[in-house]
Amino acid sequence: MAKVLIIAEHDGTELNPSTAKCVTCAAQLPEADITIAVFSNSPGAVASQAATIESVNRVLAVADDSSEHALAATLAPQIVALMGDYDYAFGPSTTFGKDLMPRVAALAGVNQISDIMSVEGSHTFKRPVYAGNAIVTVKAPDGHPVVATVRTASWPAAGTGNSASVEEIANNAAVPSHTRFVELQSGKSDRPDLQTAARVVSGGRALGSSENFDIIYALADKLDAGVGASRAAVDAGYVPNDMQVGQTGKIIAPELYVAIGISGAIQHLTGIKDAGTIVAINKDEEAPIFDVADIGLVGDLFSIVPELTDAL
Amino acid sequence: MDKILVGLKRAVDYNVRVRVRNDGSGVETDGVKMSINPFDEIALEEALRIKERGEASEVIVVSIGPAEAQQQLRTGLAMGADRAILVESSESIDPLDRARVFLELINREQPGLVILGKQAIDDDNNQTGQMLAAIWDRPQASFASKVELNGDSARVTREVDAGLETIEIDLPAVITTDLRLNEPRYVKLPDIMKAKKKPLDQVPLAEFKIERSPALEETFFEPPSARQKGVMVNDVAGLVSALKDKGLI
Ligand SMILES: Cc1cc2nc3c(=O)[nH]c(=O)nc-3n(C[C@H](O)[C@H](O)[C@H](O)COP(=O)(O)OP(=O)(O)OC[C@H]3O[C@@H](n4cnc5c(N)ncnc54)[C@H](O)[C@@H]3O)c2cc1C
Repeated sequence: MAKVLIIAEHDGTELNPSTAKCVTCAAQLPEADITIAVFSNSPGAVASQAATIESVNRVLAVADDSSEHALAATLAPQIVALMGDYDYAFGPSTTFGKDLMPRVAALAGVNQISDIMSVEGSHTFKRPVYAGNAIVTVKAPDGHPVVATVRTASWPAAGTGNSASVEEIANNAAVPSHTRFVELQSGKSDRPDLQTAARVVSGGRALGSSENFDIIYALADKLDAGVGASRAAVDAGYVPNDMQVGQTGKIIAPELYVAIGISGAIQHLTGIKDAGTIVAINKDEEAPIFDVADIGLVGDLFSIVPELTDAL
Repeated sequence: MDKILVGLKRAVDYNVRVRVRNDGSGVETDGVKMSINPFDEIALEEALRIKERGEASEVIVVSIGPAEAQQQLRTGLAMGADRAILVESSESIDPLDRARVFLELINREQPGLVILGKQAIDDDNNQTGQMLAAIWDRPQASFASKVELNGDSARVTREVDAGLETIEIDLPAVITTDLRLNEPRYVKLPDIMKAKKKPLDQVPLAEFKIERSPALEETFFEPPSARQKGVMVNDVAGLVSALKDKGLI
């Protein structure tokens, strides 16, 4: 039996959809027995959400005051204290999991498998390297726990309808006080979340200003889409950092991705490889984005985008 | 603070479109341009700025890799680092072992801060900094876009999925850099000449006597599945009907 511990990502009240994606990945392991651990100062509500995810055998609700904010330094020792009973510890390859899981792996004395795309056997996985230009098959050593992050764009979320048992347990691990949460600045928006939206509209450097980005938002709202951006648009300050799509931003897999005024650098393309349909609008017919686009339109975005918004 | 330790990994340049070898044994690196991993260049720039503000006295650049990584260390010295250490090994080294080498260097050098890139753009692992902080039993501030030192502690703003998170960490600590932390300076010719005289210690990895972690085995490399070439449309009407055909609107 493969005993898997999945670390829930949440904001204190809502379970992040990345957790149900980790479950889908873990369920591919031979004879998987899946436990979700919720670390929080008050884990109850999130633990009940986790218990509804299909294929989950049980949920552990670990209450500790230090877990009010998800800090790797305080969560890692609590996770390692539980790991004796498990063969695997999985987290999502979101910034939460990328920050946390290597700290867990190091305390457990093992290397981490980053960004699992597919499960090939009990200890064998595929993962992307070189900005997704190569896929490598990696074998983790037998006889050691496997600590990994799960590439969320490669896995659909597991369904709900389950009612797994929720067990409340106390934390016995010592947690350090050398790392303290100060604040989170979050550009809250009513638009669909970039990482889970079925449709995403992204703008690049060509937009030229944050005011001009309004035509991107208007199109996105017509399509009920999330909004993303290239690194160049974020660096120039047109939009906040959490909208960056790519190797070092968010890796997404919407059904529809519309790239507007984005050239298609490899670092951007690696973030959208798993999109269903890619639409590119660019005035340069040679732009590399057209090599991956399913539908391409050459022209000036400042006339095309408003016309498209009106036509929908 | 006395010293800052910075990691510089020799990696395939970010402009290179890498190709997988036909036999699946790896990616083609013969004749390919190699550079400092871009995130590590940002790490060094940050360390130099801290030193220039008078908040540190020495910046040491470290590379764990083949003898050729001297080139990247020389570039680091030309940017302004005071000295360099090459921990030489031609074999591939897993992140946890890299962290163990850094810990050994920390024991020798006693830095007040270690700055690493958040990931290397070859293996894209994003692990070493967090692992080092774990085995050093010190704070980590990963994906940093702003660093403010206040004596015994630092305030670091981190790029996270939800936006910008600020944390306070006690020093010493490990910081890993994100792209928007700073824009690295260009190296000027006189600096390259000066860098030739700066100390570069070369130490074989074996001398560190670190306990090797259970190794991950990379068994096969393959190219990603290619996307089908799509269609070009002539105008907005064509785009709308193509989207309708696919049932997307
Ligand atoms: C280590 C590293 C990591 C990186 N990570 C990322 C990442 O995660 N995500 C990311 O996106 N990038 C990343 N980059 C940057 C990447 O290499 C590119 O520089 C960036 O994606 C370019 O953004 P862009 O396409 O908006 O800008 P540009 O490349 O400048 O392209 C602008 C495009 O707009 C078109 N255009 C201009 N005017 C108009 C108009 N009026 N109408 C229509 N089209 C127009 C142009 O033809 C051009 O194709 C990274 C780079 C490095 C080194």
